[in-house]
Amino acid sequence: MEPPGQDQGTVSVRNLTKHFGAVRAVQDLSFDIRPGRVTGFLGPNGSGKTTTLRMLLGLATPTSGTATISGRPYAQIAQPLREVGAALEATSFHPGRTGLDHLRTYAPYAGADDARCLALLEQVGLGQAARRRVGGYSLGMRQRLALATTLLGDPQVLLLDEPSNGLDPEGIRWLRGFLRHLAGQGKTVLVSSHMLSEVQQSVDDVVIIAAGRLIHASSMDELSALASTSIQVTSPDAAGLGKLLAARGWTPRPPVTDAPAEGTAVEQGAAVERGAATVELDDVTTAEFGAAAFSADLEIHALMDKSEGLEDIFLRMIATDSGSSSDGAKR
Amino acid sequence: MKASLISEYRKLITTRMWWILLIAMAGYMAFLGAVMAWSITSAPVDPSSPLPPVTPELILSSVYSTAATFGYVFPVIIGALSVTGEFRHKTITPTFLAEPNRLRVLWAKLGASVPIGAFYGLAGTLSTAAAGAAVLAVTGHPTLLGDGETWAALGRSVLALTLWAPVGVALGALIINQVVAIIVVLVYTQFLEAILRLGLTSIGDAGATISTYLPGAASEAIAGGSIYTSIGIGELLPWGAGVAVLAGYAVVCSMIAALTTLRRDVA
Repeated sequence: MEPPGQDQGTVSVRNLTKHFGAVRAVQDLSFDIRPGRVTGFLGPNGSGKTTTLRMLLGLATPTSGTATISGRPYAQIAQPLREVGAALEATSFHPGRTGLDHLRTYAPYAGADDARCLALLEQVGLGQAARRRVGGYSLGMRQRLALATTLLGDPQVLLLDEPSNGLDPEGIRWLRGFLRHLAGQGKTVLVSSHMLSEVQQSVDDVVIIAAGRLIHASSMDELSALASTSIQVTSPDAAGLGKLLAARGWTPRPPVTDAPAEGTAVEQGAAVERGAATVELDDVTTAEFGAAAFSADLEIHALMDKSEGLEDIFLRMIATDSGSSSDGAKR
Repeated sequence: MKASLISEYRKLITTRMWWILLIAMAGYMAFLGAVMAWSITSAPVDPSSPLPPVTPELILSSVYSTAATFGYVFPVIIGALSVTGEFRHKTITPTFLAEPNRLRVLWAKLGASVPIGAFYGLAGTLSTAAAGAAVLAVTGHPTLLGDGETWAALGRSVLALTLWAPVGVALGALIINQVVAIIVVLVYTQFLEAILRLGLTSIGDAGATISTYLPGAASEAIAGGSIYTSIGIGELLPWGAGVAVLAGYAVVCSMIAALTTLRRDVA
């Protein structure tokens, strides 16, 4: 094994391109994955995630560009299972082999003995199923077995393609904790997913691709910062609302009028007399507005958070059609 | 390389296929051994019959070589499945992740198939010999089991069957589609080889010479004859040359596979 260098544990993709005939599966893709962090590799189905991982792992040859792990192409790593653990699909099992025997067939490459195989099965929650044939496993159990396989050689880098597919909610929560724990040990962890919501609670960084191109790469915090804040307010006191907005310098949409908005309060005669209004405000949180309304003694009947969530941002980013070269990250 | 060999050996013995095929082979070979022994001994003694009289040579070539003549389909299949099964069940992905050097994976599969092939060879040869000898004994013919030459022939039958396992591995690497590979193996071993030998032998000496290099003929050459040669269909190479020819098929198929199927992207 080589001494730890500054590249140790870093996954580096540079101008990676893969064409299948006329299909441009991956185009000029460049990004880095750093150790000690969980990175979400996101994109819709067919966006090139798995093709990228396959090139990274030496299973497919790039049309052009490079992909390295700790500074080397996968094929040049002497004992790859001791450095990289990768699970590409939860179907890579012989159905007639037991879970334990599946691990035992790859254990020699990782220098793992039978005791370690059993310990790993315990760790992923398959202790009871170790001697059952994989053909009888559920999809969730296969995911756990795939994960155990990646851990055989206690690798520095973990690359997991859609690892939560088929896991029940409890399993997903367990997986999140497990991946966080691994990243906490300084490991490089990449999880691919077609849904941001599936990984947003567990990843530190995101790499988002669509139609084989990089759309966005940043920390999760930076992605969150792209989210816009807006609220919707309904007050029975249009005049009072207008005064408050003016005093705070908040610009409402639409401008406040005395015309009663549809569906506003009808219970109180006073409210109807004075005229109600419903407006939307950007860059104001519900808490800020609530506090302002309270101190101005303004009656509020509805206060809703209308912010564009992360999932909305993600969907907008990946909606970019393959023909355009728009950069969804910039707004 | 040691890790690859252990891994490949474990793959072979951790599914049920190896012993299912082994039992099938032992049963089939015992049946054929008994049938061969019975058919050569129960033929009427008739000078005009095309069937030769029961000589020690006939017993050796017809009864004790039965496994090498008709049983090689089993080690070929177990060898081929060790490659095609990996593509079928997509375990080729974790295999190539563990050993990115695909040629080394192929070498390991070839190597790991040898002990399995030897086991098949022993089981098939001993079943044939036991059943054949039993029929010979019951019908009052010499079993020749006290004869060193008989045991040498049986040993060469084991050797021939052992070699068929790596030939199967190489064939599986060349034809990675499991269904196609099995069909090719069955059609060739059960049908095409016999047709080719009949056809080639009938077109003259050149054809007959070519026919000795067919894999089934090479296998029979190692074992020292077969029912085909007993009834006059073609000649056989010396047994050493048979070993070289059969090993040559494994090497050539492996090399072609290494340059073609094993270079492709794994989807």
